[in-house]
Amino acid sequence: MSPRASYTLEPASTDPAFIRNFCIIAHIDHGKSTLADRMLSVTGVVSDRDMRAQYLDRMDIERERGITIKSQAVRMPWALTDENGKEQSYALNMIDTPGHVDFTYEVSRSLAACEGAILLVDAAQGIEAQTLANLYLAMENDLTIIPVLNKIDLPAADPDKYAEEIAGLIGCDPASVLRVSGKTGVGVPELLDEATRLIPAPVGDADAPARAMIFDSVYDAYRGVITYVRMIDGKLSPREKVMMMSTKSAHELLEIGVSAPEPTPTKGLGVGEVGYLITGVKDVRLSKVGDTVTNFAKPSSVPLQGYSEPKPMVFSGLYPIDGSDYPVLREALDKLKLSDAALVYEPETSVALGFGFRCGFLGLLHLEIVRERLEREFNLDMIATAPSVIYEVMGDDKKFTTVTNPSEFPGGKIASVSEPMVKASILTPKDFVGTVMELCQSRRGTMQGMEYVGTDRVELHYTIPLGEIVFDFFDHLKSRTQGYASLDYEPSGDQEADLVKVDILLQGEAVDAFSAIVHRDKAYAYGVLMTERLKNLIPRQQFEVPIQAAIGARIIARESIRAMRKDVLAKCYGGDISRKRKLLEKQKEGKKRMKMVGRVEVPQSAFIAALSGEVEAGKEKK
Amino acid sequence: MPGALPIADPAPLDGALPASVAVNSANRDWSVYIHVPFCRVRCGYCDFNTYTGEELRGAKRSDYATEAIAEIEQASAVLTQAGVAPRKASTVFFGGGTPTLLPVSDLTRMLAAARDTWGFMPDVEVTTEANPDSVDRDYLLALKEAGFTRVSFGMQSAVPHVLATLERTHDPERVPFVVEWARDVGLDVSLDLIYGTPGESLADWERSLDYAIAQNPDHISAYALIIETGTKLAAQIKRGDVAPVDDDLQADMYELADAKLAAAGYDWYEVSNWAKRDENPEISHASRHNLGYWLGNDWWGVGPGAHSHVGGVRWWNVKHPAAYADRIAAGHSPGAGRETLADSSKYLEHVLLRARVRNGLSTATLDADGRTAVAGLIADELVDARAAIGGTINLTLKGRLLADAVVRRLLADAPI
Repeated sequence: MSPRASYTLEPASTDPAFIRNFCIIAHIDHGKSTLADRMLSVTGVVSDRDMRAQYLDRMDIERERGITIKSQAVRMPWALTDENGKEQSYALNMIDTPGHVDFTYEVSRSLAACEGAILLVDAAQGIEAQTLANLYLAMENDLTIIPVLNKIDLPAADPDKYAEEIAGLIGCDPASVLRVSGKTGVGVPELLDEATRLIPAPVGDADAPARAMIFDSVYDAYRGVITYVRMIDGKLSPREKVMMMSTKSAHELLEIGVSAPEPTPTKGLGVGEVGYLITGVKDVRLSKVGDTVTNFAKPSSVPLQGYSEPKPMVFSGLYPIDGSDYPVLREALDKLKLSDAALVYEPETSVALGFGFRCGFLGLLHLEIVRERLEREFNLDMIATAPSVIYEVMGDDKKFTTVTNPSEFPGGKIASVSEPMVKASILTPKDFVGTVMELCQSRRGTMQGMEYVGTDRVELHYTIPLGEIVFDFFDHLKSRTQGYASLDYEPSGDQEADLVKVDILLQGEAVDAFSAIVHRDKAYAYGVLMTERLKNLIPRQQFEVPIQAAIGARIIARESIRAMRKDVLAKCYGGDISRKRKLLEKQKEGKKRMKMVGRVEVPQSAFIAALSGEVEAGKEKK
Repeated sequence: MPGALPIADPAPLDGALPASVAVNSANRDWSVYIHVPFCRVRCGYCDFNTYTGEELRGAKRSDYATEAIAEIEQASAVLTQAGVAPRKASTVFFGGGTPTLLPVSDLTRMLAAARDTWGFMPDVEVTTEANPDSVDRDYLLALKEAGFTRVSFGMQSAVPHVLATLERTHDPERVPFVVEWARDVGLDVSLDLIYGTPGESLADWERSLDYAIAQNPDHISAYALIIETGTKLAAQIKRGDVAPVDDDLQADMYELADAKLAAAGYDWYEVSNWAKRDENPEISHASRHNLGYWLGNDWWGVGPGAHSHVGGVRWWNVKHPAAYADRIAAGHSPGAGRETLADSSKYLEHVLLRARVRNGLSTATLDADGRTAVAGLIADELVDARAAIGGTINLTLKGRLLADAVVRRLLADAPI
């Protein structure tokens, strides 16, 4: 085992031969953050006293959910001693990658910043679908893979079995799979040794105009945007003017440095180095992941490959539960946007839910994270409409309409509707293959293949409409496999499908929040589900209220809420008028919180319950 | 009496009232309510302020009349001090609890104290509530001789399994006797009924109605059972031991009651109250005391937990008989809390209370929004069109069942 490095290499003048850039590929709870923390303490960059659990995950939500949303890069010193006893120091740059399918693009940029990847797998659980996907990405990028089994201290760990599994996947000797415990620290120095030995040094042209790839961009309330870069060619220096190649926008480098792991200003960054830039800009959109940073005075003419704009895939309406919070929500979104380049939104009005915003997200987790941040950081109570995807609708007049919200679905004759598709990989214990296939088929999936991973798990490949995935696919997948199955998906073009818009009408008036674009075969089921839900949720009125589901003018399902016949308190309790008046005042207050759909008073709670599906959930509990 | 007291301002120790209560007081009727907070047993549905047992944390049932009389004396002083014109009482009402659980001499003493303090109008209406099994002919005769004019029997139902669910202990067979005795001694008779008890069928209810009508009382009240939180019945329903009460069935029961009572010569004058039509149109058998609550009259409520209203100030007494006894013994007001009604609250109460009374609410007293709402209420057949055109709100049968909704619509834009 090597000792901690006795000297550290100076950034900006480090020979690329002694730089190692790597990331860790792992499933959500397989212990990546714990291992990263352990590396920080083993290399001595964070003293044990300063060690916070999961040091690298800055946001509360990340820490609570145990997942990494925003990546960071840390420079750590490490030394190898050769057979002659000569010590050579190295600079290890650990680039933390987001682990979730919604952030595939960010993952791809993080991988592009590395020469190696530590494949971290829970020794008690084996590899998961998202890890597989990221592993493929890493191998396609020609990264050197260091396979590692984590949590070997767990009683349930079965490292031999999973070493075989990993060896089968990447074609190595099972004996070469390292075994560590991020929790106890066992095996971590050996892992650092192995990474230093095996991962290739970065290569670049030190004399060429600077080219640095942005692999992450984070908003900080005090410093503005902090841009994380990997230097490919040339050199960047403090106070220098730089240019973002996609937008041609120029900024002065107020600060340049490395994370160790606290931001540490340096004299610059040279070939192969990883660090951060601060230019004073306040919006992450001005510093986009994947973009190339070059010198303004002597710019490069060839941007690095692989840049693309973030593209929202899932749309949902976000509404404050208390209508008077609308300005707060707008301000909150404006602030979040500064740190989340993928978030898009525009104002939207709903009869049922009032004023809100139509928001676009990379995926469901992204939606959930944004919603949770809004609720937590801005103290907002929110309701989200059912997630929708992007449909291209062609009318009989050959006119195309892009629909991200059922309300945009054109009326009249429809010639065709196309919907986004994804390639989904589902990794499941083999006992659940049948039930998973059933689920995929019920969601209009087409099977593309199936293979064994190890001896007892199967990877199923499907193409499935994204619209079917965003609804509640993942919940169903988890519940049908006792939580064991994992899912990964990537966009895979469009397909035409027989899709219709189903409206839900209350006393003849459509309730916008419940309109949905569904396959014609499922329209009836959706109609029955929603009309029944609403029937159980909407209080009886002084008149009968029909609830209908309709495709255009055609009614496909119908329920009705019988008229309320009795709404009177019989007695006044020996003159206690105050009580009765207060009751009335309370009723009147309650009425203010009612939404009117035509003449029908609907409590907001009914809309929320209907959207969240807690009606059936409640029944199941009984 | 409700399960919990309203949240409001504390009442001053001396019970002093603001001078505002005196304004125009000479033109308002005056009533006295005397609460008797004792029962032999507590019924499963009841959340009224009542207690069982002879002695409660040092408060003796036998001392109660003396304490109540002390409050009457306090009341007189407080009203005089506030400048309220001395008025003879139009009505006196003994409620409970079970007033007739006390010796008749106690009721007589309390009534005499009220009479001595304020005097009575010549046509004064003096009522006591009574359990069919807590009075006999002599008791009723003594009441009549003391000046009572009316007795209201808690009959509730004629069906044994319904009475059992309500935990009423009296034998329905006793009702004809007590009614006969009361009539015999010269008291007006009212029967109180409850409908919508868990397990009670429409046929059960019809049987109770027929039975009550057959007694030919002067007045019938029919109250829908309300399951109050904190009662034994509420707990039984929560546990699933007793079926919850169905609103639609209660509506059916109300409609049946209205039809049967109308056919038998009883006219509704408040949502839950019907009075026998008298051959002499000058005579009404409606309870003037209860009407006083709905019409916003002044009254003093004597006793633990009793509510009072004088000139826009409402207050209520401490609930427990022992706490009440302590206050009285110390010469303090038993008032626990009070509220002085703002104009907006007065308007709200005006509509809320009077809408329930037949011809009780004049359209001229409604604000612009209220008058506008009347058209919609006529269209929905909730208020009688002819009466409304004539200037009063008169709920239809459907409107009486939806009276609270009608009130909300009349007050839709009124400030709270």
